[in-house]
Amino acid sequence: MRRRTAGSDDHVAGVPARYVAAPASTGEAAEVLGAAAADELAVVIRGGGTKLEWGLPPRRLDLIVDTHRLTGVVEHAAGDLITVVRAGTALAALDFGPQRLALESPLPGATVGGALAANTSGPRRLLHGTARDLVIGMTVVRPDGTVTRSGGKVVKNVAGYDLGKLFTGAYGTLGLITECAFRLHPVAPAGAVVLREADGPEVGPLLAAIRAEQVVPSAVELDRPGPGPATIAVLLEGTAEGVRERAARLEKVLGGTTGDLPPWWGAYPWAPGGTGVKLTAALSRVPELLAAAPEVPVRGSAGAGVLYAAPTGDVPRTVELLRAAAVRAGGHAVVLTAPPEVRDAVDMWGPVPGLDLMRRVKDRFDPGHRFAPGRFVGGI
Amino acid sequence: MTPLEEVTAALRATLGADRVVTDRQELRTYECDGLAHHRVVPGLVVLPRDARECALTVRACARAGVPFVARGSGTGLSGGALPHAEGVLVVTSKMRDIVELAPRDERAVVEPGVINLHVTKAAAAHGYYYAPDPSSQQICSIGGNVAENSGGAHCLKYGFTANHVLGAQIVTPDGDLVELGGRAPDTPGYDLLGAFVGSEGTLGIATRVTVRLTRLPESVRTLLAAFPTTDEAGAATSAIIAAGVVPAAIEMMDALAIEAAEAAVACGYPRGAGAVLIVELDGPAAEVAAQFAQVTAMCEENGAFELRIAGDEAERALFWKGRKSAFAAVGRISPDYIVQDGVIPRTALPEVLRRIGEVSRAHGVRVANVFHAGDGNLHPLVLFDAATDGETDRAETVSGAIIDLCIEYGGSITGEHGVGTDKAKYMPRMFTGDDLETMHLLRCAFDPAGLANPGKVFPTPRLCGEVPRRHAATDPPAAAEIF
Repeated sequence: MRRRTAGSDDHVAGVPARYVAAPASTGEAAEVLGAAAADELAVVIRGGGTKLEWGLPPRRLDLIVDTHRLTGVVEHAAGDLITVVRAGTALAALDFGPQRLALESPLPGATVGGALAANTSGPRRLLHGTARDLVIGMTVVRPDGTVTRSGGKVVKNVAGYDLGKLFTGAYGTLGLITECAFRLHPVAPAGAVVLREADGPEVGPLLAAIRAEQVVPSAVELDRPGPGPATIAVLLEGTAEGVRERAARLEKVLGGTTGDLPPWWGAYPWAPGGTGVKLTAALSRVPELLAAAPEVPVRGSAGAGVLYAAPTGDVPRTVELLRAAAVRAGGHAVVLTAPPEVRDAVDMWGPVPGLDLMRRVKDRFDPGHRFAPGRFVGGI
Repeated sequence: MTPLEEVTAALRATLGADRVVTDRQELRTYECDGLAHHRVVPGLVVLPRDARECALTVRACARAGVPFVARGSGTGLSGGALPHAEGVLVVTSKMRDIVELAPRDERAVVEPGVINLHVTKAAAAHGYYYAPDPSSQQICSIGGNVAENSGGAHCLKYGFTANHVLGAQIVTPDGDLVELGGRAPDTPGYDLLGAFVGSEGTLGIATRVTVRLTRLPESVRTLLAAFPTTDEAGAATSAIIAAGVVPAAIEMMDALAIEAAEAAVACGYPRGAGAVLIVELDGPAAEVAAQFAQVTAMCEENGAFELRIAGDEAERALFWKGRKSAFAAVGRISPDYIVQDGVIPRTALPEVLRRIGEVSRAHGVRVANVFHAGDGNLHPLVLFDAATDGETDRAETVSGAIIDLCIEYGGSITGEHGVGTDKAKYMPRMFTGDDLETMHLLRCAFDPAGLANPGKVFPTPRLCGEVPRRHAATDPPAAAEIF
């Protein structure tokens, strides 16, 4: 494996590391983490580095474990619609021909492991679910260096605890994901996008109308660049005949037009270095998220109850407004990323139910609290 | 007083005598679930009316150090709800309220005792249904589905319980009520809900479940195709998947399973079939029409000698009747049988079926095959007569050999029935000691005393131990010492 003393770029949210190690296999990763455990080093995992500024800075940091050599597709069983991929592989580098991994990253350069650890999702989450629905097996090296697998390589499997779900979205606080098995979906032969511009009060009824139609969209996305109308974009995928018929029906119901994927499709609304907030709500209450701060750029998977906001100006005040609206609407507001001055002024994670159980999980998996300490909810 | 007597007295006082069953005869009615050859009379049965009563029950157990087992409708096939002789069986059958139906949010909130099919029935008026449909859906409970991560014929396209549960209120093994997940997606923090679903009652009891409602499909079309052997039926299945079609369901039955179904429910499947496939497509009408033509052609190309297309709901129900009654139907052709549940990569189907045939012949034990062909979930039915000397043992051997085949081909020891009591012994064949120890870490986080459904899932009893004391950061070592 490769290891070196950290350089000036080797920091996490401003906290410098002392060493960097780049294992090229699960076995090497186990050696690195075993050694790090013996020396009680604080560890942060780095994939493509696209989300290192997310969450809170680590309370301490000695070692960055970089996954850029832990790459490649181990297996693609097309007839079984599954793949096994190493965690450092860039999502954008995956090519399964007539099949796809329906895990789309809003951030170019993101790795499989990073997308899982931060639980990011793209537009197709509406039809195919998020990482937790796509992962069918996972290999993880625990903070003490133990290699452990859960799940398997078949989609249908209820043997043992589904630990893949536990590690997904855990921000690297429970161990290092080295390899994942995913279910794949066939790429549909045809697709169409139906677009509709909508003023604030129209959004709710339009989203409800899309749900009421039996057209089974792959994605229902929304973009509101600032004060003024929003655009709703509905992606339909299937056979050529089927898509034509569904698109025509939806055009009529929405009073929309068929067009191309808009340039904002699947991207976060904030600029690098800006503040990014993830908002969730019960499906019928998504419009309340839009109304809470009408001047703030908002974009995301409106059909799935998830929006991303890019507040500027008095960010702490806006976050407060957005959070209050999200909580009223049955959801949450999480500040995913923010410049240091904002990070210090806001509650990044907001209220989290079940925190006591989460701490107990952390204590069991990482009793020394060495993995990404302090980056996650409740100071975990 | 024994610890169990303490709990009994405490619950009589707090919940009232009508919530507590102590009569030996009545207790016996709870001695097994769907895995009827494992029987244990529970020490005490408690029937809580709501989450609070459920939490009080568990808290009383926690205080006295008494194990508890949750039970819904008792239809599980792996002995997950097998009672504990010195423990409390918490039966959720009095918690049957659909608390809220919110079609606008595509959600329903239900109590754990609510019957699976009742959710669909309640939602249907609004144009929705609850997608996971285990064969027992007319009687199985949502709480049991959550515990077992139940699947069903349609999970090929729609996924399992885990993909349809958005939130749950649970009673932790300490007796605390905790909310996991919620009505909106992506709750921040660890996905404890994802880990809880399918944990077979070893992490606590769900007292309220938020499920996803799915929009009813515009069109459903069902095809019954008869093939000379399972090889051709398997090839047709592969062709359908390779063409990028994801049917709602692809089910297969072999000759012996068909014979049993005919004897039991006279489903009238084509005569002389060595295998039948039921293929169901659903979705927008235009999509279904286009794909149905493809599927029909692929069945014909792969040797189907008869195709029937359901003309109406009654005919569709008849196609499914043979399949859904297959387990019980086997009782018509054999006095005893084991329902096995294993998974293989779908592409290995023809090979594994041949190997199962070899094992069956070698031991002189008949095996009827019923399975979810689309996702490689096998349900071999191992037939035997317990009254004949040695047959039970031979059947167990064949059943175990089938599980070994599933592991050999990279599959799983259970696709939807769960590990429970029945398969705990197979867990070390699929997972390493480290894998199991890691799963046990989660168990210890929830239940350090090991009171929640002990003896299930894990092959050997394990103790949790204290959480190691956190180390203070010491002086960092020099780089050279690290690796």
